[in-house]
Amino acid sequence: MRNLLLFAAVALLFVLTGVFQSWNLSLNILNLALLSAIMAIGVNIQWGWAGLFSAGIVGSVALGGLAVVLVSGKPVAGAWEAGTLQIFSALVFGAIAIALAVWMQKKLPKGTNRSLATIIFLLVAFFIYRAFLDPAVAAVEANDSAKAGHIGGLGLNSLWAWPVGALLAAGAAWVIGKVALGLREDYLAIATLGIGEIIIAMLRNEDWLARGVKNLIDLPRPWPVPYELELQGSPTFNEWINVLSASPVTASAIVVKLLYSALFILVLLVLLWLCDRALNSPWGRMTRAIRDNEIAAGAMGKNVKYRHLQIFVIGSAVVGLAGAMMTSLDGQLTPTSYMPLRFTFLIWVMVIVGGSGNNKGAILGGILIGWLYLAVEFLGPQLMGWLTSGLPAGQLKTQLAESAAHMRLLTLGLILLLVLRFAPKGLIPEK
Amino acid sequence: MDILNALVAFANFVLVPGLTYGSQLALGALGVSLVFAVLRFSNFAHGDTMAFGTVMAILFTWMLQSWGISAGPLPTALLALPLAIAATSVMVLGTDRLVYRFYRRQKAKPIILMIASIGVMFVMNGLVRMILGTREVQFADGERFLLAPAAFRTATGLAEPLGIRTSQAVTVVVAVICVAALFWFLNRTRTGKSMRAFSDNEDLALLSGINPDRVVMVTWIIAAALATIAGTLYGLDKNYRVFVYFGMLLPIFASAIVGGLGSPIGAIIGGFVIAFSEILVTNAWSKILGYLTPEGWLGEGLYQALSTDYKVAVSFVILIIVLLVKPNGIMGGK
Repeated sequence: MRNLLLFAAVALLFVLTGVFQSWNLSLNILNLALLSAIMAIGVNIQWGWAGLFSAGIVGSVALGGLAVVLVSGKPVAGAWEAGTLQIFSALVFGAIAIALAVWMQKKLPKGTNRSLATIIFLLVAFFIYRAFLDPAVAAVEANDSAKAGHIGGLGLNSLWAWPVGALLAAGAAWVIGKVALGLREDYLAIATLGIGEIIIAMLRNEDWLARGVKNLIDLPRPWPVPYELELQGSPTFNEWINVLSASPVTASAIVVKLLYSALFILVLLVLLWLCDRALNSPWGRMTRAIRDNEIAAGAMGKNVKYRHLQIFVIGSAVVGLAGAMMTSLDGQLTPTSYMPLRFTFLIWVMVIVGGSGNNKGAILGGILIGWLYLAVEFLGPQLMGWLTSGLPAGQLKTQLAESAAHMRLLTLGLILLLVLRFAPKGLIPEK
Repeated sequence: MDILNALVAFANFVLVPGLTYGSQLALGALGVSLVFAVLRFSNFAHGDTMAFGTVMAILFTWMLQSWGISAGPLPTALLALPLAIAATSVMVLGTDRLVYRFYRRQKAKPIILMIASIGVMFVMNGLVRMILGTREVQFADGERFLLAPAAFRTATGLAEPLGIRTSQAVTVVVAVICVAALFWFLNRTRTGKSMRAFSDNEDLALLSGINPDRVVMVTWIIAAALATIAGTLYGLDKNYRVFVYFGMLLPIFASAIVGGLGSPIGAIIGGFVIAFSEILVTNAWSKILGYLTPEGWLGEGLYQALSTDYKVAVSFVILIIVLLVKPNGIMGGK
C-alpha cells in the first residue's frame, strides 16, 4: 500500500510537470528517468544484493553507447578496405599477448626471471601491436575524414545493439572483477573509478572507433519508433490529429516519446520480473547470505569470490543495456556527455534513496531522482528568481542567479547524506 | 650524438615536471593515507577538499593583493596559505562533526563511511562551483621563471633550453618542508606518537588513555592542510579549474595504494612512481632520441608510447599491477 502511494506520488510529479511546463518535457524526463531506473537496477544488483561498490558505472553506460554505434551505425564505404580488419587483428593480437602474459605468470616458477621475462615479452608485444595498429588507424581516419573517418557500424536495427551493449559491459566487468574482487572493498571502488575514466578517455580519443569528440550523430532509431516527419506524412496519424484537433508537430513528438517510453517500460518490467525471480530463488538467498556474512557463507562451501564476480558482471550488463538504450534514444554518441557525476554517483544516490537491496526501491529511486535531477534545471532558476525578486539588480543578484545552476550537485550531495544518515534503508526498505 | 643537449631536454621535459607533479601527488596521497590510517576509510572527498582549499587560497590571495601585500618574487598565494588552511580545516572539521562522527560512533563498515565521503564530495564540489564557477583562474604572480629558458641558453650556449618556473621550484621546496615537518610531528611529538599508536592498534591506544577525539581532530586538520597545500601548488602550476581535482583522485589513490595505504613514506614514494611513470610513458621521445641517434635515423614519429589523454590509464595500470603482485603496496601498508 505504502509502495503504491510512493509510486503514485512520483507519477504525480510527472503529471504536474506536464501540466505546468509541457507534456513534451515531461515525457522527455520520464524516458531518461526510466533509463536511470534500469541503471539503478544494475547498481542495486551489485550493491544491494552483494555489497559490491563500483565507482565506474559511467564506463558501462559508455560501452553500451559504443555498442549502438558499432551495431546500428551506418556502414562507412571504404572503411573495410582501409584497414578495419587490420585494426581488429591488432586488437586480437593485443588480447592474446596479455592472455599469454597472464599464463606465463601462472605457469613459470616464481622469481626475478619470471618478472623480467614478462616485462620484456610485453614490451616486444606492445611494439608489434603499435606497428600493426597505427597505420591501419591512420588509414581508417583518413577515409572520408570530414564526414566519417571511423570504421562504421553494421547498419542493423538499434534493438540488436541493446544486448550487445550488455555483453560489452559484461566483458569489461569480468576483466576488472577478476583483478579487483577479493581484495579490500575500497580497492574495487578505486579500480572501477579508473576503468570508467579509461573507457571515457578511449571514446574521446579513438576517432576510428566512434569519431571521438567529433561526435557521431544520426544513429537510426530502434524498430517500432518512427521519425516525426514520417508520422506527419502518414494518413492514419493525420486522421487521429483531426479527431483530437491537436497540433501535428507536438503530437508527433509526443507519440515518438510515448513509443520510447513503452519500449523502456517493457524492458524495465521484464528486468524487474527476472530480478524478483532471481532474488527469491536459492541463488538469491545464497547471494544475500554471502553479502551478510562472507566468512560464514564461505564456511558453508559457497565460492564467495566467484559469486561476487558473477553478480558484478550481471549488474554491469544491466547498466550496459541501459546505456545502449540511452544512445538509441538520443540518436547520437557524444563522449563528452559521459560525466562520472551524472552516471556513476547520481545512480548511486538513486539506489540509496530508493532502498538498496529492493528492486522496486531502485526503480522508485531512479525515477524520482531522475525527475529531480532534470527538473532542477528549470525549477532552480525559477526558484532563485522568485527568491531574489526583491533584490535590486546588481552583482549579487547575477552571482546568485548563476550559482543556481550549480545547486544540483549540492542538493544531490545533501540528499545522499541525509538519506544515508536518517533513513539508511531508503524509501522502500528491503524485506 | 649530443649527450649534453639530450640531458638538458630530458631535464626540461621529464625531470623538472616529474619532480613537480610527484611532489603534488605525494602531498595529496599523504592526506589520503593519513585519513585511511586513522579513520580507516578511503576518502573520496579528498580531491574536492583540495579544490576547496585552492579556492580559499585564491580568495585570500585576491584579498591580500587588494591590500597591496605581495611576496615579492614569490607567488602571493604562499602568504595566503595559512589562512586558507585555517578555513579548510574549519570546513573539514565541520563535515566530520556533521557526517563522519555519527558513523564512527556506530562503528559502521568502512564502505559506508566511503559512501558518506562521496556525499561530502558532492556538497563540496557544489560549494566550490557556487563560489568561483567553472572558469579557469590564473592566480600565480611574482616572477614567472626561476631559470628562464633564454637565459639558460645564452649562459651555456646549448641549443636546448632549460626552464624552471617559480611555481615548480616553490612546489618542490614547499613539499620538502611539509614532509619534513610531518615526519617530525609523527615521530617526535606526543600527539604524533599517539596518532601512530591509534593507527596501529585502536583498542590498545584507547586503553593507554589516548583521547580518540583529539587524534581524529588532529588528523583532519593535517589532512586539510595537506590537501590545501597540494591543491594550491597544483593550481599555481597549472591554473585552477574545478574538474581537474576530481581527475586527480585516481592518481592520488594509486600513489597511496602503490606505496601502501597508511604508510607515509609509501605515499611519497608512490607519488613519485606514479608521476614519473605518467610522464615517461606519455612523453614524446623524438626530441631526446634525436640528439642520441644519427641524423635522419628516427623518421617522422613522435616516439610516444601513449597520448597524454591516457595519463589516467598509466596510474591505473600501475595500480592494477601492484594490486596483483603486492596488494599491500611497496612499503606494506594495511
